[in-house]
Amino acid sequence: MANFFLDNASLKYHLRHNLMKRIVELKERSFIDKNRFDYAPVDFEDAMDSYEMVMEIVGDIMANVVATNAADVDRLGSRVDNGRVQYASGTSRNLQIVTKAGLMGLSMPRRFGGLNFPMVTFIMASDMAARADAGFCNLWALQDCIITLYEFGNEQQHNQFIPRVCCGETLSMDLTEPDAGSDLQAVMLKAVYDEKENCWRLNGVKRFITNGDADIHLVLARSEKDTKDGRGLSMFIYDKRDGGVDVRRVEDKMGIKGSPTCELIYNNAKAQLCGERKYGLIKYVMSLMNGARLGIMAQATGISEAAYREAVIYAKERKQFGKTIIEFPAVYEMIANIKAKLDASRSILYETARFVDMYKILEEIAKERMLNDTEKLELKKYKKLADAFTPLGKAMNTEYANQNTYDCIQIHGGSGFMRDYVCERLYRDARITNIYEGTTQLQIVAAIRHVLTNTYLNAVKEYQEIPLISKLDNFGQKLLRLVEIYKQLVEKVASTRNTEYIDFQSRRLVECAWYIVSGYLLLIDANKNFNEFGCSAVVYINYGESEVKKIQNLIDTFNIENLKFYKFNCDN
Amino acid sequence: MSLQIIVLAKQVPDTRNVGGNAINKDGTVNRSVLPVIFNPEDLNALELAFSLKEQYSGSVITLLTMGPPRAAEIIREGLFRGIDMGYLLTDRVFAGSDTLATSYILYMAIKKIGVFDIIISGRQAIDGDTAQVGPQVAEKLKIPQITYVEKIQSIKNSKIVAERRLERGVEIVECELPILVTVNASASECRPRNARLVQKYKHAKTLFEKKIGSEIYTDLYNIRPYLNLVEWNATDIKADNKQCGFSGSPTKVKKIENVVFKVKDSRRFNSSDSQIEEFILELIKNHAIV
Repeated sequence: MANFFLDNASLKYHLRHNLMKRIVELKERSFIDKNRFDYAPVDFEDAMDSYEMVMEIVGDIMANVVATNAADVDRLGSRVDNGRVQYASGTSRNLQIVTKAGLMGLSMPRRFGGLNFPMVTFIMASDMAARADAGFCNLWALQDCIITLYEFGNEQQHNQFIPRVCCGETLSMDLTEPDAGSDLQAVMLKAVYDEKENCWRLNGVKRFITNGDADIHLVLARSEKDTKDGRGLSMFIYDKRDGGVDVRRVEDKMGIKGSPTCELIYNNAKAQLCGERKYGLIKYVMSLMNGARLGIMAQATGISEAAYREAVIYAKERKQFGKTIIEFPAVYEMIANIKAKLDASRSILYETARFVDMYKILEEIAKERMLNDTEKLELKKYKKLADAFTPLGKAMNTEYANQNTYDCIQIHGGSGFMRDYVCERLYRDARITNIYEGTTQLQIVAAIRHVLTNTYLNAVKEYQEIPLISKLDNFGQKLLRLVEIYKQLVEKVASTRNTEYIDFQSRRLVECAWYIVSGYLLLIDANKNFNEFGCSAVVYINYGESEVKKIQNLIDTFNIENLKFYKFNCDN
Repeated sequence: MSLQIIVLAKQVPDTRNVGGNAINKDGTVNRSVLPVIFNPEDLNALELAFSLKEQYSGSVITLLTMGPPRAAEIIREGLFRGIDMGYLLTDRVFAGSDTLATSYILYMAIKKIGVFDIIISGRQAIDGDTAQVGPQVAEKLKIPQITYVEKIQSIKNSKIVAERRLERGVEIVECELPILVTVNASASECRPRNARLVQKYKHAKTLFEKKIGSEIYTDLYNIRPYLNLVEWNATDIKADNKQCGFSGSPTKVKKIENVVFKVKDSRRFNSSDSQIEEFILELIKNHAIV
């Protein structure tokens, strides 16, 4: 039987990272649950063993149910019927099986019926889900919204909603509106307090809402009269059982067709305030989006995995000029690059997930008791790293998913253009990843701050301290030289103090950062397990070096005066 | 209404992955070289039991399997998916049992369990393909049986209505409880393992396994008694040794032959009625079709 966990050694490798010991100890509060819940682990090894066994269930379902349904789901999509979304039959079946397997509420505490698993495992499940069907991955990954409700909702809301999610109810986050996409400060959906019924009422329209007919919605709405910016927005919980929200249409999309994208009409819908008023955008949505971005990083990685596998299968089978095409340098290089970008994506994905785990768990513990000094330092360190790695990895992994699926079709030649092969679906599915939950351009805006304040350089310093095996020495040297180039480039651009110019070059500087950061991560992976990651480390560092040098050439020779040639001139 | 359900399941060699030395010289299967799996149609049987339990709350599912000590894996697999308890029937004297001896041993074990409303087993196991064990158990228990079941429509007032999948269609039958049903591969697929149950039962072991295993979690077996899997031997089920194993098995495999159909000659017909008629008559005459 196929299994997406067992057939992919890199997953077990990332699950077994050294930092997991600390993550598990904190997450399990020294294994206090073992006396209260029959499925709680008794020690670290027991917890790790449980993670592996549960990931094996996920790998089984994704390979044998979700992946086999994917082609039909892609063709059928979802439709709207009388204000309600009707999933493709395969999607309903997928949800049913995932629920029966007890996987919903994976990261929630056991007292609500969850599994209390760390983010790393949730992300790993998303990684496998996306390999099977990127559209289904969204429905799976949206359970992540419950983390925001858990973080900022009150006890009554926890008791009301979390157990339902653990039993399989679905979630959505209703943020975007026709005039508020990248700029969420412009959200207009109106929230008014109903004194008589002692509840909030929502009125307005939301657009492009993933799984918009979910059971439980987190909604960003304007609660403060006469405000226009983000400070007038609050977060609300809408329960479908109360009624008041209808689906007006389901978008006809290019890809991820298993994930219905809805336009919603709020008609005096009853809602509860989540957290405090006015913190909707500036605090809660930021947390929600960071989680969602990590989810999209995983989705992109899973798509890259699928693209790599499809490319290899085809290139080993297809014969031209009396040879299988994988024997030609033009093809094997493409495959090596796909694999290198895939492995780099996965390394930064799990590194980021661990950072998120560390700070989120410590924040949770801080609500239960005072943190000690070590913990306080850890919290600060990992929050900053998570903040820096999330936009970097989101930009990188989603761009790579696009490149990898593009190359996968190229390897298939004309056949890849036909709907008979999986690669065309992957290509269409990948296209949204670098757009939603913040476009690559917005990730660059978030990441450039960390370029200019040296967060990435400081992270890399820790990586540089790890002693390398001799056959990787050269590549360690190479990365050291790239770091020097990167420092010079950042200095050169920053020293102009020209904001527009810095914005203009920021994409390139952030790209340099990702070649270096993920180059180091892959180097460390190869250092620990050369058989699994050696080739990818070599291929990726070579590739990164050539890209950084291209960027170096452009920045070194760029004359700021020439910026005007790039600007669109309305008079022309 | 709640039901007492017994599921019969078997650990079988994975005959889909057969290597060169899979068959012993005496024609029996060399089980030691083959990976083992939960017999596929027994998984369909298990799912049928789960869906009954969902419909009739308070129902209890007991899984029964006979095999070597490593067949404890079948009990764990059942626990991971939602059975309430399981018994492993294991004893040296059970070795070499054919369908007659196996059904006798299962029968004795079911008698020891006592109460039941419905016994569910897969239609047949992929290692023998006999489809005899289920029916023989029913005969020994002197209860009715419905074979080839695809779906149970209802269980009401001690009566069951089931759909049988036959070669040319579906037959709907009604029968009194208690009953034994055997389930086809066309019935619903078994649900996956459950994440909570896997964590709850992953340390579950038989006495035998505890003896040979590591001693890390020994204290758990006192705190969580459900982790102690129950083994029954011939004495436990009061079986007559002569009716078990080789001595209780009249079946002797004489020879195993690998039959491959080969083309001997080929002929051409056009599509006229007379040609088709001529061809069909010839096939009937040759006993190629009856």
